Amino acid sequence: MAARAMWKGVVQLDGISLPVKLYSAVQDRTVHFNIVDDRNMHRVRQSMVNSETQKEVPPAEIRKGYPVAPGEFVVLNAAELVEIRPKASRDIEITQFVKNATLPPQWFNRPYYLGPDQSSKPYFALAKALNEQQSEGVAHWVMRNKRYIGVLRAEGDYLMLISLRYADEILVAKDLPAPSGRDLDTREVKMAQQLIEALKGEFDPQQFTDEYRQRVVELVEAKAAGHKPRLKALPKPKTTESLTDALEASLRAAKRSAA
Amino acid sequence: MPSKQASEQPNVPLPEDDESVEVSNRPFWSGTISFGLVSIPVDLYPAVRNSRVSLRMLSPEGIPLNRRYVSADNGAEIPSEHMVRGYETKPEEYVLVSDEELERLAPEKSRYIELRQFVEITSIHPLYFEKAYFLAPSGESTRAYRLLASVMEESKRAGVADFVMRGQAYPAAIFADSGILRLQTLRYHDELRSPEDVGLPRPAFDKEDVDHFRTLIKKLTSTKLDKKQLNNLEAEQMQKLIEAKRKKNKDVVRIEESDRAQAGVVDIMDMLKKSLAAASKKPESAAPEPARKTAKRARQPRKKSA
Repeated sequence: MAARAMWKGVVQLDGISLPVKLYSAVQDRTVHFNIVDDRNMHRVRQSMVNSETQKEVPPAEIRKGYPVAPGEFVVLNAAELVEIRPKASRDIEITQFVKNATLPPQWFNRPYYLGPDQSSKPYFALAKALNEQQSEGVAHWVMRNKRYIGVLRAEGDYLMLISLRYADEILVAKDLPAPSGRDLDTREVKMAQQLIEALKGEFDPQQFTDEYRQRVVELVEAKAAGHKPRLKALPKPKTTESLTDALEASLRAAKRSAA
Repeated sequence: MPSKQASEQPNVPLPEDDESVEVSNRPFWSGTISFGLVSIPVDLYPAVRNSRVSLRMLSPEGIPLNRRYVSADNGAEIPSEHMVRGYETKPEEYVLVSDEELERLAPEKSRYIELRQFVEITSIHPLYFEKAYFLAPSGESTRAYRLLASVMEESKRAGVADFVMRGQAYPAAIFADSGILRLQTLRYHDELRSPEDVGLPRPAFDKEDVDHFRTLIKKLTSTKLDKKQLNNLEAEQMQKLIEAKRKKNKDVVRIEESDRAQAGVVDIMDMLKKSLAAASKKPESAAPEPARKTAKRARQPRKKSA
């Protein structure tokens, strides 16, 4: 059952070095597909073609350039691209600590578990201290020639490292034009509030199971065996009633199911 | 058994997938939020953009290259109608599956995001957060969308649902943020490993070490995030290198501008702004509400507010 570590690093904390192993915290269970040419049932191949001649250019001849003006590119060669790569290192640098939940979850990318490498006592001591202080650390490290940023947190008794999206990648709602229109009707607002109230609940992640994944597998197996798959009909588009009527009917239904 | 290859969907590729990807300006997905019996048609767009410096692939003469899918047999370009999603049952043996078949495995959930529950925002553990999307209203009126956004924002609750998008089912939470609805796909509970799954040892520590770390944490604690550390420093470095070379006119290639060469990267932010602005421009129905079925005396038509 024990997972293999993806990587080994060293947490660097103001002079203290803590060797750790990194494990993925997510098990990918998705069903994966490929793109196939249905004329010969072979997987398609990707190729880069000259946009003028449409002729394929072999990988060894491809140059990479940045468009600085229309029709003008600055070409970067392989040596330059290798040179600007971040220096290889095993260090997971912690630059600062902030209170828990300072970093918004929308920034989270991939979660990893850290496990002790060699001595485990300091590892668990750090987790305990993070718990007590209700703090998380801002981290950066280099893995596979790429620089990562992340947050170091305690999850129960253990340490987790969650990679973050870069700050300039996150689109912020405040920067977008919120949809506008006529003022909302106070009666509709009240009914909508009541409806939310009626549908209040506790978040339970275990309520979701991926039955759909199983159906996909069954569909594929049925087709592979030459059977006709059983498929349901797509729903007809729902007729649009007025917003007020829809709200009222919803509230009635909610009250009935609560009774 | 599931194939280990990277998943490919005969749909719009995302900017994060590759360097020279031409992003379509269509929404990533379109569907309808249902909230009780209220329907809110929406378009979905990723809420992240790629900060990587996108390098264009060029021919030796500097002509921009485009990505094509070609036949493995003869290298000829494959017409899009012949590119189908296939599942590898045995090595190099595929079963073809269409978008429609995948939708018909869960027809309601492929079209509707049904908000069945409203939970406190803080009750969703951040580890469940997977990908973020913004929703733009796509129907004839923005009223239902704005109503939901306004009421959810005020109640500090998120709507929880599960739905099917591009052949995968996702639990999801919808949040209201500055008048815009944001959808967050969530991980399934069984996708998150536990420390036991990973095989981590049982806890044991020395008090002195805890004290020492506590002191360190306090010493390095600040209330302000150092934003500089959080940007894409590699991209910034690459930009500097590009600028330096441009100034020296080093390795600069100039070609005749052509329409084909202009296929560039579409910015998600621009797409979203356009979509949201277009939604607000649609004329809201000025006519009074259609006659109610539980007919009372005809009401006065509601006056248009400014």
